[in-house]
Amino acid sequence: MANKAYQKVYTSLEAITKATVSLKAQGVSNDELAVVAGRLAQVVRTKGDLVTLQVFSGTEGIPSNAEVVFLGNPPVLKVGEQLSGRFFNAYGHPIDGGPEVEGEERVIGGPSVNPYKRRQPSELIPTGIAGIDLNNTIVSGQKIPFFADPDQPYNQVMADVALRADVDKIILGGMGLSNDDYLFFKHSFEAAGALDKIISFVNTTEEPPVERLLIPDMALTAAEYFAVDKNEKVLVLLTDMTLYADALSIVSNRMDQIPSKDSMPGSLYSDLAKIYEKAVQLPDGGSITIIAVTTLNDGDITHAIPDNTGYITEGQLFLRADTDSGKVIIDPFRSLSRLKQLVQGKKTRDDHSQVMNAGVRLYADAQNAKTKLENGFDLSDYDHRALSYAKEYATRLLSIDVNININEMLDTAWDLFGKYFTKAETGIKQNLIDKYWKGN
Amino acid sequence: MNSKTTGTVIGIVSNLVTVLADGPVAENELCYIQLGDTRLLAEVIKVNGRNALVQVFESTRGLKNGDKVEFEGRMLEITLGPGLLSSVYDGLQNDLTTMEGVFLKRGEYTDPLNREKLWEFTPIAKPGDKVIAADWLGEVKEGWLPHKIMVPFSFKGGYTVKSIVPAGQYNVDHEIAVLTNEDGEDVSVTMTQRWPVKVAIKNYREKPRPDKIMETGVRVIDSFNPIAEGGTGFIPGPFGCGKTVLQHAIAKQGEADVIVMAACGERANEVVEIFTEFPELIDPHTGRHLMERTTIICNTSNMPVAAREASVYTAMTICEYYRAMGLHCLLLADSTSRWAQALREMSNRMEELPGADAFPVDLSAIISNFYARAGMVILNNGKRGAVTFIGTVSPAGGNLKEPVTESTKKTARCFYALEQNRADQKRYPAVNPIDSYSKYLEYPEIISFLDEHVQKGWVGRIQDAKNIVRKGREANEQINILGDDGVPISYHETFWKSELIDFCFLQQDAFDAIDSLSPISRQKFMLDLILDVCNHEFSFADYEECRNYFKNMINIIRQMNYSEFESEQFNSYLADLKKLVEENGK
Repeated sequence: MANKAYQKVYTSLEAITKATVSLKAQGVSNDELAVVAGRLAQVVRTKGDLVTLQVFSGTEGIPSNAEVVFLGNPPVLKVGEQLSGRFFNAYGHPIDGGPEVEGEERVIGGPSVNPYKRRQPSELIPTGIAGIDLNNTIVSGQKIPFFADPDQPYNQVMADVALRADVDKIILGGMGLSNDDYLFFKHSFEAAGALDKIISFVNTTEEPPVERLLIPDMALTAAEYFAVDKNEKVLVLLTDMTLYADALSIVSNRMDQIPSKDSMPGSLYSDLAKIYEKAVQLPDGGSITIIAVTTLNDGDITHAIPDNTGYITEGQLFLRADTDSGKVIIDPFRSLSRLKQLVQGKKTRDDHSQVMNAGVRLYADAQNAKTKLENGFDLSDYDHRALSYAKEYATRLLSIDVNININEMLDTAWDLFGKYFTKAETGIKQNLIDKYWKGN
Repeated sequence: MNSKTTGTVIGIVSNLVTVLADGPVAENELCYIQLGDTRLLAEVIKVNGRNALVQVFESTRGLKNGDKVEFEGRMLEITLGPGLLSSVYDGLQNDLTTMEGVFLKRGEYTDPLNREKLWEFTPIAKPGDKVIAADWLGEVKEGWLPHKIMVPFSFKGGYTVKSIVPAGQYNVDHEIAVLTNEDGEDVSVTMTQRWPVKVAIKNYREKPRPDKIMETGVRVIDSFNPIAEGGTGFIPGPFGCGKTVLQHAIAKQGEADVIVMAACGERANEVVEIFTEFPELIDPHTGRHLMERTTIICNTSNMPVAAREASVYTAMTICEYYRAMGLHCLLLADSTSRWAQALREMSNRMEELPGADAFPVDLSAIISNFYARAGMVILNNGKRGAVTFIGTVSPAGGNLKEPVTESTKKTARCFYALEQNRADQKRYPAVNPIDSYSKYLEYPEIISFLDEHVQKGWVGRIQDAKNIVRKGREANEQINILGDDGVPISYHETFWKSELIDFCFLQQDAFDAIDSLSPISRQKFMLDLILDVCNHEFSFADYEECRNYFKNMINIIRQMNYSEFESEQFNSYLADLKKLVEENGK
């Protein structure tokens, strides 16, 4: 009986590690919550009557005679319209001084949407940034991370994208945010006057790392409430997923699991997929779009975290400091939106995909010319034109400080093609050349 | 039966549950774990004394020590019969289309076949016929395909047809024949049968070497590295290289009777793309809706991990079933790495000693056993059937020196290496033309098939084209080292000839209605055209002239690729091309 476990108080721990405690207990169910010396914990393993609990806030100072009470249910979030405009911690408790939310309790990390009941994403999410809208168009129901080195302004870009996107709710899941970044988000949301459509779940660097493991599920449970129950368009921002994965590896390490690549748990792919796959276009119009941040170590995308992420998400947006233009740009080579063809040329102008491809191909020619230059070779006339094009292309289109609509982006691209290249050099289909060519 | 073994849960780590059994249990036997009023399906993966370690195909949230378990005395089986095509199943063959609600419910299992639907049955066998397992008793029309009703594969020994129903409409559970075995006992046969997915269906006479190619309409495959009907191939590549786009192109255009797509631990939106697009798409070979000949097995990355492994076996079993009807099935699994990862997760939880990268040590054997189930076969009645299998591999970090790629390379006959570099330059499909290979090009059977069906000496021409690409790469390296002016103009010409093949033949626009599908006859025409140009000696004043000349030519041929074959537009570009060649002609 569940109630029996609820009342029983255990006072003898068999083992304590930095992230887990083990004790003998009966009638305990998998994934159930418990309170260990006043701290929240969750059942992660049972073996006979030996139960292992993951203690979210860490085990510092927990004595071997700590009181343990099992709560009989997995972690829950109270959902309702009152969530709007509020800031919560990893447990779903308010941190903005406001009252607790009243509402229905939902178990977090719930079941998956039946893939057959999904709809194909088809609504454009314009951001004003050409590196995204022109080259890597984002679609509602998509999941896409920014891959960025820690020194890049990914949180600012994400806040810009969120505030420009035409959505009903924005849900921020902050994991290991520095206090400064937390306040940055709070202030930009307030300054934009958008606070009433924003809900934040925040774990800062001042708080224990294992708590972060609850953040994505909390944020996505709230997202599902608005998308499924209220048919709203929800945008979920998750930053930084690398710190989330680090917390996973801490727990698995304390449970003596054999690590796979880069000392990450063998289940990393499934763990990340469970989060990202919550992105969905629902049949009744609601949608969840996830934009995340995965910080890289010196641009290394072969590390297990970005690598597994890349296989799960529908593309990635790569931030890079461009030395030619002196701007931070969205790298057109390494960035990709897998869903872009669902809207390009369908919800946007007919020349979109060809202009995008030509623009990137010509930019690649400039990179080759640059290599030649660095190796001390003479440049051809074409190389010179490509280099000038690249600089202007980076400044006027790739830079993250661009904020124009998609037709303006396309017109700008045709401007550049006409200015620097011949029709044949662009390799664009003849009928589009006839329609849009701006040079001679 | 009352003799079922039962047990109780005594340990839980994620979806690995330890059960104390009160009787005998078999490896791979199924069991149900009772959790409140739902029953969770699980499979035995290890037995240790009286402890059975089972992997649960669902979330184990809320499961407790002491919960009751009932063993089923059978392995994981699927139901085979008319109605498999155009279905959408999860890895355990539950019909996803008939499930209620937006979310998947734990412990909800749905019937894979429509039991009410009537099928127009025509008998093939007659009373008195001697039959064995997999012999054809009759057929129903499933879409436009003749779906044979066969003697169940599990029947051992010889049988005599005692009676068979006349032509008419029956549902799948209707008794359509009674067979008498060698002991004189009568057994009833319906349109359905069950088969354990991890066991290969081997009711055929022989499995000869493949002797023809399967057309896909993708030039870099059909011409450069063709896959045989009944062949095996794999596509490894880092993320973002167009693996899925290439696989979907093969699925849409592959010259096969039946397509089974196993979405194994991949993105749900990719499966949705299939749901959305396939019903609209017309099969280029028959003019019918593509979905009518397609079955989708779907275990997306957020669905239970243990069912991922089951999903590829379920898909293969369905293919083998249709192969036994004398049909050609194409199985596409995206991606086998996710399946291998599922094996790794379980092996890890069982605390087995790990092999390379923490994968189980028998990974290689598991993969090659699975690939071995594909193949072209001659059935007992002399007809041929085939299962062609193409799997994708998602190597960690794009590094091909990892266990799944290496194990697959040992067993698959075609290798389509997707290259980050090509993808970065938007040279799609990003199949590396030099590193990729098809062992079938060495098969005398295939060489003579191509001689006959494409052109005498075709394989030689392909080698010529590959050589031009290879030489172009070498020339390009020289140019990069010595500079544009540091090499003779002929280096530039060699390089641009390889670019001509790359841009005009190897690259193909999967999103263009015309360019995406190139029949082999058109491929032959274009390759002849391009090789003629490549065999031509040109003269250029300097390398810039050479580059501009070839860029111009590439542009013309690409416009040809976008035009309807032999249309007025096509021919006018062709004339432009000929003029361009003559202008520089000597």
